[in-house]
Amino acid sequence: MQSTKTRSTAKAREVTVEELVTHFRERRESLRTQWVQAMMTKDLLSGLTEEEVHTESTAISDTCVGCLETGKYDDAESYAKRMTERGALRGMMPEQILAGMLTLRDVYGRSLFERYRRDPARLLSALDAYEPVASRIVSIIAVAFVAERERVVRQQQDAMREMSTPVLQIREGLLLLPIIGLVDSLRARQLTEQLLRSIRAARAKVAVVDITGVPVVDSKVANHLLQTISAAQLMGAKVIVTGLSAEIATTLVAVGVDLSKIHTLCDLQGGIDEADRLLGYRVLHVREETGRTQ
Amino acid sequence: MADETRVPINSDADIVDARQLGRALAAQLGLSTTDQVLIATAISELARNIIQYAKQGEILLSALNQGGRRGVIVIARDEGPGIPDVERALQDGYSTGESLGLGLPGARRLMDEFEIVSEVGKGTTVTARKWAK
Amino acid sequence: MRVPILKQGDCLIASVQAAPTDTALVQLQQDLVEQAGRFHSRGAIIDVTALDVMDSFACRALRAVTQVLRLRGTETAVVGIQPEVAFSMAQLGLTLEGAATALDLGEGLAHFQKSKGGANRGG
Repeated sequence: MQSTKTRSTAKAREVTVEELVTHFRERRESLRTQWVQAMMTKDLLSGLTEEEVHTESTAISDTCVGCLETGKYDDAESYAKRMTERGALRGMMPEQILAGMLTLRDVYGRSLFERYRRDPARLLSALDAYEPVASRIVSIIAVAFVAERERVVRQQQDAMREMSTPVLQIREGLLLLPIIGLVDSLRARQLTEQLLRSIRAARAKVAVVDITGVPVVDSKVANHLLQTISAAQLMGAKVIVTGLSAEIATTLVAVGVDLSKIHTLCDLQGGIDEADRLLGYRVLHVREETGRTQ
Repeated sequence: MADETRVPINSDADIVDARQLGRALAAQLGLSTTDQVLIATAISELARNIIQYAKQGEILLSALNQGGRRGVIVIARDEGPGIPDVERALQDGYSTGESLGLGLPGARRLMDEFEIVSEVGKGTTVTARKWAK
Repeated sequence: MRVPILKQGDCLIASVQAAPTDTALVQLQQDLVEQAGRFHSRGAIIDVTALDVMDSFACRALRAVTQVLRLRGTETAVVGIQPEVAFSMAQLGLTLEGAATALDLGEGLAHFQKSKGGANRGG
């Protein structure tokens, strides 16, 4: 008898999802307004028009309650996707978005405290149902926003890299690509693409790739070089690699990199001289002062 | 644009169709020209593989969108003889011509993600993804 | 669609279209060998400027025709490989061994002009 009573009391204490949803829906506009107010107080809405604030806050808060009701997060995911596609909230910083979403979670959470403050057991039950949903939605929206920003930033960086074309045309038919800094797979690919496009644009027959400024030349970098050389050759251009020290070459051979395909000279000047020879120029080093030819 | 495009692979003309559709999809999603060519080439290898070993099959193409990241997913499916030793088939003897002639190691090098499920007597399904950089 | 072949002096020029079927490539091999034999061509230029993708089959086909032509005294030059296609080939490890490569048709013809000039001078 005792256990049955406990069980039914426990059941009566439980706050159902329907109860929560009804609670939030009844207070829909007031909670949304509270949330917006809270964000304004924290100065999180700079850069947004009133209309934007109204539209997005309505969409987000409705989506949240919807997810709470269905137990599924599809709506939040598609809102996040649409948000990034539309470019909505693009002017905001990630900190603002995250703080804004956390404020939403707090404002709605507080309303539960208000309602159930005289009944700790029911308050706990309500929070148990509410908190995981709120946290998950904060995460979905904040992460989507940040991912989109990262994508845009990467695009901009790529555009800048393209514009700052490191491929130089020294003479007709001769390109120079000085590489400075670490080379990872992504950078290697970008450099290769730029070189190949430059070969086409400049109708180059020889390209000197100088890696003196590359601090780490491991087998990965060497393989990228080999691929670049292959690709350039398919376009009718020879590649001369300069700045590959004897030590590095020995190490690479030791780990099995086939350097036979790399036409390499130690220093840049030597590389350019060789390129000139390949292009059919005779190389004369004339000393300025004495006028002697060496 | 439909969510998923299905290209039946029965002849070498279908190889061209599949790779051109793949390229168009990649272009639509804003992938670079280089990525478009890599995807088209991978599709060409996979489709040719189907014809060579299974006589027929299909290529499924769809767009990927995960948290703002865009990409292309290519599924190459057949009900052919299956591959007895997937490990060996994926070995990179490609460039030296020592491979079994399968386009699998090639397609794998070109794509970002690559999975293959094969059962002897049942068939093979290759799933490959490439993401915009 | 058959790949058209033009004769220019002692060179043959084959312009491959955007997406040749396997059949078209095989036909190209046969046509080039036949014509190179008929005209005693010194060079065969295969222009792939319009080619969308160079996969392993196309690469093997080009390597094969290069070998056969060489046996009959004709050198091959493959011209017009686009940057993205070259990149893709390099990533796959595909090469066109035995064939000369050049940026485009003009360079391809210049290549054969040069070697011709050399032959005359050197004797």
